[in-house]
Amino acid sequence: MDRIALAAANALAENPIFAAAIEIGPFGAAFTAREGAVRVALSGAPRTADIAGRAVPFDTSMTLADGEALTLGFARGGAFSYLAIEGGIEGEPMFGSLAVNARAGLGSPFPRPLQAGDTLLTKPASGGAERRIELPSPVPGPIRVVMGPQDDEFGDDARKLFLDSEWKISATSDRMGYRLDGPAIKHLHGHNIVSDGTVDGSIQVPGNGAPIVLMRDRGTTGGYPKIATLISADLGRFAQIPAATGFRFKAVPMAEAQAEARKFWKMLRTLPDRLRAIESFDLNIEALQDANVAGSAVSAVDTVTWQIASGADALGPD
Amino acid sequence: MAATRSPPRILPSGDSAITVEFSRDIDDAANQRVLALDRTLAGEPVAGVTETVPTYRSLLVHYDPERIDFDTLGAKLVALARRPVPPETKTRRWRIPVVYGGEHGIDLEDVAKTLKTTPDDIVARHVAGDYRVAMIGFSPGWSYLSGLEKFLHMSRRQNPRLLTPAGTISVGGVQAGVQCLAGPSGWHLLGRTAVRTYQQHRDPTFLLEPGDRVTFSAVDGKTFAEQDRAAEAGEIVAELIAA
Repeated sequence: MDRIALAAANALAENPIFAAAIEIGPFGAAFTAREGAVRVALSGAPRTADIAGRAVPFDTSMTLADGEALTLGFARGGAFSYLAIEGGIEGEPMFGSLAVNARAGLGSPFPRPLQAGDTLLTKPASGGAERRIELPSPVPGPIRVVMGPQDDEFGDDARKLFLDSEWKISATSDRMGYRLDGPAIKHLHGHNIVSDGTVDGSIQVPGNGAPIVLMRDRGTTGGYPKIATLISADLGRFAQIPAATGFRFKAVPMAEAQAEARKFWKMLRTLPDRLRAIESFDLNIEALQDANVAGSAVSAVDTVTWQIASGADALGPD
Repeated sequence: MAATRSPPRILPSGDSAITVEFSRDIDDAANQRVLALDRTLAGEPVAGVTETVPTYRSLLVHYDPERIDFDTLGAKLVALARRPVPPETKTRRWRIPVVYGGEHGIDLEDVAKTLKTTPDDIVARHVAGDYRVAMIGFSPGWSYLSGLEKFLHMSRRQNPRLLTPAGTISVGGVQAGVQCLAGPSGWHLLGRTAVRTYQQHRDPTFLLEPGDRVTFSAVDGKTFAEQDRAAEAGEIVAELIAA
């Protein structure tokens, strides 16, 4: 759902940036290294994390000794965190991917979300020096869209209402689509169009006028008019907006959207250049523990992260 | 038909895809233009185009904005769409066995009532139809057909069902369909087929392609159960009438 976070975790684990990793939703999880040490990295929505009781930071690589467990708390101020494993995850690719789509029975080694007791096979830790990653600073602003492909199915007033309103992500959202709470957007000619193709970030408006933003598990086609499409550079930070946090859309010209897309992909490709040696690891851990006592810590290493750290930041990151 | 030769509309689907729209309606001539443009792009790849999704009335073209921009690709697609559409040479034709009504097609009785006829008449009309696969979409193997007899056109359900069975044979609006996997649907369920239009680790993984012709045949519950076991084991079950 959040490609920067996936790529950052993989870069830290010295994997290709889009290697298969574990996407962790809002709830907690725990992982235990077996039959040897395992090197991992976390990025994405902040949450508490510890190895054998020692607090560990996000956006830093770390090694679990044989038998040690990494324990993660609930996501705070975001939805998805990513756990990358050095050496990747063993599996049988389908259509070139290990990714899970439970509806279609796709995914390897398990064609479903992970369950307690599952074992993932990987390579032993390389013993390489641990590193941190300096992620780009947040860029504040609304979620940017390109209007269309079916914005002509809506009147000027409906398009204006869509762009001028504050929206919230509904609790009934999932990886297939995020439903939006806000004013009803009316169609000019009803809500049935002949089904056509969709993309990640297509904003469909069904009969009840509540827009649905299609996400990574979307169907490939849909039969509701699509008023606008998220720009690809903003899809990840949109995916991380917490429920009940207001946000707005802003229409941008195609040229600007494409310039942003090119910048975004260049940034992703060059994430490995942002890896840094860890000079003061002990100090950082102390800072993290202090911050945890205060109850607001996100990351000890990067005081400025691109993730949504609180509701107030929800308009800004990336 | 001058209308089918007019240039398509080039619509932005975000910063990395273009919808090339030939028609707003279901129209076999427009669908043939969609498939012709799709074949052209397969035969003469345009640098930067990463994937295409043919539908009833438009071709969705995914591309990499680092390699080609919207204006350049849009102009190119309009030029390619200007080429004459070769007549459809495809003759592949399938017969798909369906068990109609009862627990397998829970809307058959209601559809008959709404259309003021008998369930047998609905089945006879559905079986008599000559359909064309216009697109594959939504979820793996979901095959959208054109050619539904006007008598069977019926508005979609007010409340879509969250779960409908694998292999569902249904009608919705002016569209007919062969659904492969269990999933949500707002269409009217007439029956089920044992045919898997999509099955992992089978050759071919996807059975139907746009342009294929499809007819249905009625089978009883016992036959369906036998075919379902065979299909689970990897048999095609659908009958290939013409290759």
